Amino acid sequence: MSGPQENCPAVEIRNVTKQFGSFIALSDVSVSIRDKEFFTLLGPSGCGKTTLLRLIAGFEDVTGGEVLLYGEDIARLPPNRRPVNTVFQHYALFPHMTVRENIGFGLKMRGITGQDAENRVNRMLDLVHLEALAERRPNQLSGGQQQRSALARAIAPGPKVLLLDEPLSALDLKLRQAMRLELKRLQQETGITFVFVTHDQEEALAMSDRIAVMSEGIVQQTGTARDIYDRPVNRFVANFIGETNLLDVEIDRRDGSVDCRLANGEIVEVESVPAGIGSTARAQLLIRPERIELLPPQAGSMRGRIIEAVYLGTDMQYLVLLRGDIRITARSQNSDAAKPQFSTGDEVAVLLGDGAARLLLH
Amino acid sequence: MPDLNSVRRYPGFNLVTLLCLLILYVPLLVVMVYSFNASQSVTMWGGASLRWYHDVFYGTESAKFKAAAWNSVSIATIAAIVSTCIATAAAIGMNRSGDFKLRSFSFGLVSLPIMVPEIVTAVATLVFFSAIGFILGYNSILVAHIVFCIPFAYLPIAARLEGIEATYEEAAQDLYASHGQLLRYVLLPLLTPGILAGYLLAFIISLDDFIITNFVKGAGVETLPTAIFGSVKSGIKPNIMALSTLMLMVSILLVTLAYFLGRIGARHSKSDKGG
Repeated sequence: MSGPQENCPAVEIRNVTKQFGSFIALSDVSVSIRDKEFFTLLGPSGCGKTTLLRLIAGFEDVTGGEVLLYGEDIARLPPNRRPVNTVFQHYALFPHMTVRENIGFGLKMRGITGQDAENRVNRMLDLVHLEALAERRPNQLSGGQQQRSALARAIAPGPKVLLLDEPLSALDLKLRQAMRLELKRLQQETGITFVFVTHDQEEALAMSDRIAVMSEGIVQQTGTARDIYDRPVNRFVANFIGETNLLDVEIDRRDGSVDCRLANGEIVEVESVPAGIGSTARAQLLIRPERIELLPPQAGSMRGRIIEAVYLGTDMQYLVLLRGDIRITARSQNSDAAKPQFSTGDEVAVLLGDGAARLLLH
Repeated sequence: MPDLNSVRRYPGFNLVTLLCLLILYVPLLVVMVYSFNASQSVTMWGGASLRWYHDVFYGTESAKFKAAAWNSVSIATIAAIVSTCIATAAAIGMNRSGDFKLRSFSFGLVSLPIMVPEIVTAVATLVFFSAIGFILGYNSILVAHIVFCIPFAYLPIAARLEGIEATYEEAAQDLYASHGQLLRYVLLPLLTPGILAGYLLAFIISLDDFIITNFVKGAGVETLPTAIFGSVKSGIKPNIMALSTLMLMVSILLVTLAYFLGRIGARHSKSDKGG
């Protein structure tokens, strides 16, 4: 890293608002994307993630706010004058051009021709392993090959930032998993900042350096995969990323420790309490199913009864009924034959490991 | 075997199909067969001969036919080129300018002339030309043809354009193409099958137009349809059948060409959806 861009975010979204008629797609969104980062915008459909991407690309105008690219305001530039390129959801490869012509298109439009352009296109073909198919038309390629052509086409002009709009959603599962690794490799090899849009949390967790979780036009949380999975800031993030048990609790704060009283009167200890919670308050307890340990009944622990046991291959998933009609989901890995296995109707002890439970404000 | 609920299993399906085909094609077949008749009669078969084809090119009326054919083909060519250009611009302008007020009204306005009875257009055009003092002749036919060909050229072009997803244009712009480059390297190539189909349709419509042409042509200027009509008024001679058969062949050739161009277009757009 060198030059003036060193400490400058690659993309900075400042208080951006976008309205379509009376519909508010983005409301006062601020995101800062670092140089050479694999950044993911994650959220359900309609959350505004694609709109945000299109604002960076220049296909939509901002209603308010600033879009900065390495410190330069680009909000008023047309897409052909922004040094960012896009990989489209359905690739949008030009059907009347060969793979080679597609990849060379951006260079040609920038006035780069001749040997320079040819070398660069060849390097791109090599990068995505498409040398043998260079003279084919897009409709003669498989989905995965089209995907790699689209990637090469977007990378070829050497953009400062690469925008990817759900590029894996049209592929089948096996290919999607292979392409995740491929994308990560491409990002590391090229050193380009990637801004990746997806609704698939697994994809986001697997590839991203940092993730912004969005819903209803608002960024709910920004952080590493671990941050948003282990320390979600609100119910939406907790529910959207992975499976979650959310239990209503009353908080009882004593010196040193905090007790959370479940509706059935049982007490769960938590380590940290978010700021803004008074000495007694209502809140929600977040417990990930895999952090719950089930053991044969023993004295002094929370009791429950298995009301559903589902075999999921790698895991067993149990639905456990606690006293007071509280239901929780627990998961245990089928990693060890010695591990206790339960079936419907079994009485169990429910154990929460250190840091398994986390408090969320209402 | 067709499906159990296929229309082909309905009683009388074959009979109705046969009847329809007969009604559609027997008159044409009669004209084609009798164009090879050796006799002067249009109802009595007198042996096979190319006599009337020879007559079309070298007979007493050949000079008139040649002049008319030249007028027809040159007018159709120019009218189709000009109207296709206008129709392409209209299609792109209306289809790619987002939502604007009176959008569906504008679409209706472009295609309305197809619905207006041709005789009304003919009278209106004639009245207009007289009012502005436009001298009737070759040029008046040409101008009239350009105008009424626009909606016909517009339809296949607009249909093709609807099928081209806007993401191609976004992709081109994203890859640094200016508006001009976008048009030249992406939109026009993708639109080509539609433009050619529109051109051929306009060409054929112009080639066989009779009513409007008959109104706005000046004295002494004929196109093939008006020339044929003129000849038939003094009795149907088999040379008219030969000439009609020739026109039919040209039309079939062009329509076939348009069909194959359409297929190339369809193959292109198949890749629109990606994998």
